[in-house]
Amino acid sequence: MAVETNAAQPNTLTFDQIRRYQRQIIMPEVGSIGQRKLLNAKVLLIGAGGLGSPAALYLAAAGVGTVGIVDFDVVDESNLHRQILHGQSDVGRTKVDSAADTLREINPDVQVIGFNEPISSENAFEIIGQFDIVVNGSDNFPTRYLVNDTCVLLKKPLVDGSIFRFEGQATVYVPGSGCYRCVFPSPPPPGAVPSCAEAGVLGVLPGIIGSIQAVETMKLILNQGESLQNRLLIFDSLPMEFREVRVRRDPNCPICGDEPTITELIDYEAFCGGPEASALS
Amino acid sequence: MSIEVRVPTVLRKHTAGARLVQADGANVAAVIDSLEHQYPGLRDELLAEDGQVRQFVNIYVNDEDIRYLDRLQTRIADGDSLAILPAVAGG
Repeated sequence: MAVETNAAQPNTLTFDQIRRYQRQIIMPEVGSIGQRKLLNAKVLLIGAGGLGSPAALYLAAAGVGTVGIVDFDVVDESNLHRQILHGQSDVGRTKVDSAADTLREINPDVQVIGFNEPISSENAFEIIGQFDIVVNGSDNFPTRYLVNDTCVLLKKPLVDGSIFRFEGQATVYVPGSGCYRCVFPSPPPPGAVPSCAEAGVLGVLPGIIGSIQAVETMKLILNQGESLQNRLLIFDSLPMEFREVRVRRDPNCPICGDEPTITELIDYEAFCGGPEASALS
Repeated sequence: MSIEVRVPTVLRKHTAGARLVQADGANVAAVIDSLEHQYPGLRDELLAEDGQVRQFVNIYVNDEDIRYLDRLQTRIADGDSLAILPAVAGG
């Protein structure tokens, strides 16, 4: 685990911070109190890939004080059409190191905590437990169920997003109001849903969905607006259409229902039907 | 009863790329039969061997998950909309 440290965020804004954040402090929904909430917030990004890139950039730029990033992958040239945290000179570097450098350049006010390791049932509690909100940008089903279950068990809000070709989904799971398993009780069998590597993805698509995840994260921190809680937003870029469907907590959900049968983390590779490519990209 | 069905990207290989298709039926099961008749192979994408909706595909009538309505027996009225939404994992 590599830790980048900055000075702990004080309870008052410095002149530099007022200058940097003035365009959002001036909005009554943020103000200096909201800005301090952002500076004191700890947000964890699962993956520094397509979704994690815009989410991390905007959250860091907005002054979210602590940004954690879990990713064990290295930057590949095929990532660069959409993973805007990374550039040509980062090819071959760990995504965590590349992301930390980019975020430091965007905003040195932010403490970046990198976890250059796969998230697993062994480390998920320890990693996620350090943060207030989790932003899901993972690229595979085992990680999605692992992150969901950990967030339910630790009672952490999960700002979820996923993408496929020209289409994306986003929602917010707040403890007690339903979870990923309420929407999709079981994963598809391995290979049934092609990955971005197999099916392709429009480069700007994660830019839109990841930015929506950043907005939802800021709204949760600021306690402003109406979150995507209990609503699943579906974006299709070809007809340029946003729609939403209802999300409900399933009383029979095995982890967040009335009588949960899952009370600890399980073997997610086995749950999802076997080994699957699990690079977080 | 004719109804407009939204087909997600993942399943458009069955509909020659069409995003919106028309189907008939008085309930969701009949609509799926109608879809299968027009687009062979689509039913297997939606229903498991036990005849129930697959656990990683959701069907919404007027934006409500049919699991919380009458499942496959959910009735369809004029002007209703039906959407299919599969789990996708890309990030």
